[in-house]
Amino acid sequence: MLTKRIIACLDVLKGQVTKAIQFQDNINIAPVSDVIKKLYNDGIDEVIFFDISASSERRKIDIDVVKKASELIFVPFTVGGGIKTVEDMYEVLKAGAEKISIDSMAVRNPNLITEGSKAFGSQCIVLSMQAKKVNPSSSIPSGYEIYIDGARVSTGMDAIEWAIKGEKLGAGELVINSIDCDGMLSGYDINLLDKICKAVNIPVIASGGAGKCEHVAEAFIKTDVSAAIVSSMLYSTRLERNFSIEEIKNYLINEGIPVRAHIRGD
Amino acid sequence: MVGVINYKAGNAQSVISALKAINVSCKLVDTIDELKTLSHIILPGVGSAQATMDSLKELGLIETLTSLVLKDHVPFLGICIGLQILFDFSDEGGVKCLGWLPGRVVRFNDKDVRVPQIGWNAVKQTKSHPLFEGVNNNTEFYFVNSYYVVLENQDNLLGETEYGKIFPSIIGHENIMATQFHAEKSGSFGLKLLSNFCKGEFYVN
Repeated sequence: MLTKRIIACLDVLKGQVTKAIQFQDNINIAPVSDVIKKLYNDGIDEVIFFDISASSERRKIDIDVVKKASELIFVPFTVGGGIKTVEDMYEVLKAGAEKISIDSMAVRNPNLITEGSKAFGSQCIVLSMQAKKVNPSSSIPSGYEIYIDGARVSTGMDAIEWAIKGEKLGAGELVINSIDCDGMLSGYDINLLDKICKAVNIPVIASGGAGKCEHVAEAFIKTDVSAAIVSSMLYSTRLERNFSIEEIKNYLINEGIPVRAHIRGD
Repeated sequence: MVGVINYKAGNAQSVISALKAINVSCKLVDTIDELKTLSHIILPGVGSAQATMDSLKELGLIETLTSLVLKDHVPFLGICIGLQILFDFSDEGGVKCLGWLPGRVVRFNDKDVRVPQIGWNAVKQTKSHPLFEGVNNNTEFYFVNSYYVVLENQDNLLGETEYGKIFPSIIGHENIMATQFHAEKSGSFGLKLLSNFCKGEFYVN
């Protein structure tokens, strides 16, 4: 049986892993290589590396940091931030990434999803989206609007419609970030995740809001998400205490949720 | 020297990083002359069957590779797409593949499961094999695939996995071995399996 994945998403700023609240007010946690090595040794299922300022600063992703990071871990590794072209994707894949995450650039140029999936296969293209609760309207019937550029710019696009369009264009996986829940440690936006899971047939990854094991279990029990991002729980200094990957997995196993057996990487 | 075939749309670098971590002497190869010097050959893969076949043709490697593997019995490991193109035909784009082993590559049914399959799934070992030395039965490995192979010859099955249906996740015939999962991205057991391949002699003339 396919197990549910526990993913760490590293928001990287100038070679440092950071953590934000609602996409703002980032605090430094530690250098990328230290965090990534520890996560691998502790048994993480997957790592997403996100160069958070590449897109808004209109620059390319830092390939050297990606390359060094990919040499330290032997679990799947997704990279995103500032990827504008298929050539950019190829650079990142050559540096050791398995999957490419695109977000704001895909909104600006939806063809990028199709071009990427044609060149590398749809399994390689992860469409990440930032959704914010709004009053439902004719243009945003679901009541969730897509934002871009670090949740700073609204697009007038409906999140559910964008998810469906992304799948059609060739995305192999979706990361659903709730702007409202990001870093709040009060649980994922279950309603949003459930709507997205029911609208598409590609794997959906929950992001934004996990502060304790119950939140992770809730996402897997109440929705059909394939994976959950738990960054804050693992290393945010804003929590009273952090959780180990083993602790999260043991909690999920007790709740009857299938997860990969805990295996340390070292 | 273990060679990892380097072609566009492959993830050869990830495999090299994994081999370095287990102290295997290895290099990326993309020429006929380099291919001929290798003790073991790995064909990694992400992307589509078509892109992979096109890329191998463009590099002019198919004839030499086929001769080294089928005639000289150089140990060969295909990973993911590197498994799928060993068979006769892939439904992904309707592509004629290498045809070293009999079988056809088909798509998971979108009505049963989310496609692609992405994540860690258990491999049930159906045969004992040197690749499994030190690897527990039902260990989870990392999969990313929309297609899987339907074997014509069940003797080639080494292990299987369930995703909507039971499909072959690791196969082997003489010196030819292949995994549908990404051993290079499957943590310490994935590295163990790679290490078993690189140390093994398998089929000897």
